[in-house]
Amino acid sequence: MSVQNLVSQDDPFQDEGDLLGDDEDVGSQSNYIHIRIQQRNGRKTLTILEGLSKDYNLKKILKVFKKNFACNGTLVEHEEFGEIIQLQGDHRQKIASFLIEEGIPKATIKVHGF
Amino acid sequence: MASEEPLFDPSLKKKKKKKQVAFSEDPLGADADPTTPAPAEITNGDVDMGPATVHEQMKQKNGDSMGNDIELEEPKMKEEDDFKAMFGDLKKKKKKKEIPMDLPEDGSGASTPVTSKADAPAASEDLDFSELKKKKKSSKKKVDLEAFEKELGESNAKEGVEDDGDHLEDIDEAELGDDPFARGGDAPTGTDTGSEPWLGSDRDYTYPELLHRFYNQLHAVNPSLLNSSGKRYTIAPPSIHREGNKKTIFANVTDICKRMRRPPEHVIQYLFSEMGTTGSVDGAGRLVIKGRFQQKQVENVLRRYIVEYVTCKTCKSPDTLLTKENRIFFTSCESCGSRRSVSTIKSGFQAQVGRRSKNKTG
Repeated sequence: MSVQNLVSQDDPFQDEGDLLGDDEDVGSQSNYIHIRIQQRNGRKTLTILEGLSKDYNLKKILKVFKKNFACNGTLVEHEEFGEIIQLQGDHRQKIASFLIEEGIPKATIKVHGF
Repeated sequence: MASEEPLFDPSLKKKKKKKQVAFSEDPLGADADPTTPAPAEITNGDVDMGPATVHEQMKQKNGDSMGNDIELEEPKMKEEDDFKAMFGDLKKKKKKKEIPMDLPEDGSGASTPVTSKADAPAASEDLDFSELKKKKKSSKKKVDLEAFEKELGESNAKEGVEDDGDHLEDIDEAELGDDPFARGGDAPTGTDTGSEPWLGSDRDYTYPELLHRFYNQLHAVNPSLLNSSGKRYTIAPPSIHREGNKKTIFANVTDICKRMRRPPEHVIQYLFSEMGTTGSVDGAGRLVIKGRFQQKQVENVLRRYIVEYVTCKTCKSPDTLLTKENRIFFTSCESCGSRRSVSTIKSGFQAQVGRRSKNKTG
């Protein structure tokens, strides 16, 4: 019996290996979700949301953002940072509270900017 | 305060204690979990936290929690008054002031003093709390002397009954005695140890009681623990000017960096990455930032920099050194000796702003 148990699991590190493989940025202090702001001309700003897990459908999230915050926005693909949601206007606090409401731990969300 | 002295004469000891609490708010906040606000409230309540226990002990002894509340409030009000006096007509700023006094939001010693930065420009270039503190201290000393003598008499009377340990403690404190309110506050606790509530009865001691006892003795032996709040960390406020329409000048970066003992490049890099802009240092050592920023905004960013890269996470002291080893930054604390790695500054994704033709490099 016990031998059978041991044999059945051929690779004890399989799960972990997969986990690491999934994570696109292992080693770098990554798993934070960054919400940044960038100034445009005048009093216009951009809000940049990066580091959302790929498990989420960013397209749908963007749609909700656009509807809720009454702004436009776009998805940007970046080779280093992955998919990024970019919104027009300063929506940092709103995004943060939205993410927290959806059950993302607060500690992983970093709001940058002034 | 001085005018009310005779009024509070019977409970002089207690009053002193209260002041102490109001004073050591900062380290209390530091001790507490960063997420729990309002250390003053905690001190007042029945939560078993660090220095609060001594205070509680006093409360139990004197048995009137109402009086405590009022008195706790009082020095705070006083402090606010002082601020008001300091900043004169700056009502709005005064309001801001109150916040850190009541709850240091992120619980770090740094965040509160930096707030003072905001108010400083109007009042003086380099606001220090030392003046305020000195004032309070002197008044306290006066109160103390009386109480001290009273206590001396008490303890002398008791000494015959009590064991030698307390006696020793008294001497110790007298020797250390550069800190008047620590001495005054701890003397009663020292004499108190002989009369723990469980001594008279058969029952077992409860955990909170033992905790009280522990803190009482701890503070009796190390009076400095309670009063380490003394120095506050202050930095000159950032002086921000506008250059033209689109650029902001941050004139005293080098000053501030020197004060924080951080390389200006590091600070500037952080500023840029946080604010999502670029800029340069001009000939006079001023930082030219692209984009419009107000002083408050820059100050916010600086505050976050201090929390992340300057204050020691263990002891909240700002006396830290930043060193780079193998491409990793470490901060080592000079007061508690702790050492930790800090995250590198990453600016993250930057969106395309402005004309594309300008950005074209190749």
